[in-house]
Amino acid sequence: MKGQPLQPLLRFGIEDADSPVVALAGNPNTGKTTIFNALTGLNQHTGNWPGKTVVQARGKYCYGGQEVILVDLPGTYSLLANSVEEQIARDFIYFGRPDATIVVADATCLERNLNLLLQVVEITPLVILCINLIDEARRKLIKIDFARLAERLGIPVVPASARTGEGLELLKKTVQDMISGKLKPSPKPIIYDGEVEGALHQILPEIKGILGDDATSRWLALRLLEGDETVLEGIQHYLLTDPPARLEEVFV
Amino acid sequence: MLLSQLPVGKTGEVVAITCSGLVRRRLLDLGLVPGTKIRTLRQSPGGDPLAFNIRGAVIALRLDTASHVKIRSLD
Repeated sequence: MKGQPLQPLLRFGIEDADSPVVALAGNPNTGKTTIFNALTGLNQHTGNWPGKTVVQARGKYCYGGQEVILVDLPGTYSLLANSVEEQIARDFIYFGRPDATIVVADATCLERNLNLLLQVVEITPLVILCINLIDEARRKLIKIDFARLAERLGIPVVPASARTGEGLELLKKTVQDMISGKLKPSPKPIIYDGEVEGALHQILPEIKGILGDDATSRWLALRLLEGDETVLEGIQHYLLTDPPARLEEVFV
Repeated sequence: MLLSQLPVGKTGEVVAITCSGLVRRRLLDLGLVPGTKIRTLRQSPGGDPLAFNIRGAVIALRLDTASHVKIRSLD
């Protein structure tokens, strides 16, 4: 079922990677864990992220005869690895290569949740935006144009209320369609100003030469330009066994 | 005026973030971009940190972090 390399997932403590793996990301207090519990029920397992004192919750659910492994990532505002939690979430989405990533957003303050969404979309196009707490938003008379949002973002958008179970069927179906390849999101790439794009074009061929041509090279190049050292550690830990000396040369 | 000087119950608007690097990135990630309205909600017993309402979420910031945010008072 899985065409992606399995090894990185082992590093995250996931052994049974025959089933598709779906990551659950989101800001703190968006009901991410409520969604996780509603989807997996009692079929979950809690432990730690390997080598970290951060809780890892993993669960399974079945949809249409297909078993899906759901990984609850720590709640973060960002993926720029300022904290252990952010680094875990980022490493899992980038190095773990989940078959889909659900970003849970709070319908009552959607705007502040979209920052994380954009950061996830920069890493992988396989993203579903789940807008949770729509019951509360309705009560506050907040109206959201889900169709227009999906069109502008270029990814599927699923409204939900995890507390009442509303929208969860559609969420599972959307995940299924993404795993099976029926749904191929095409989010618009984020283009930076000329100086950044120029630097990107300089180092991209070098990165592709080391890690292979990959849709996510652009994200990696951006982090290297930012001078993010944690991403180099990640490459060493999850992708390559020998130190990426040439990447460090690229590193500015 | 600095965000660290905004009294409890008062509202301001972000004018600029005056630091760089990770702290700047962090503040931007929390939603503090120029033009954002921000209100001081509470002060902890020692006066540090302060709790703010930023784009619908309650966020606590240390005084030294909040002093990197230049604001304009709206009251």
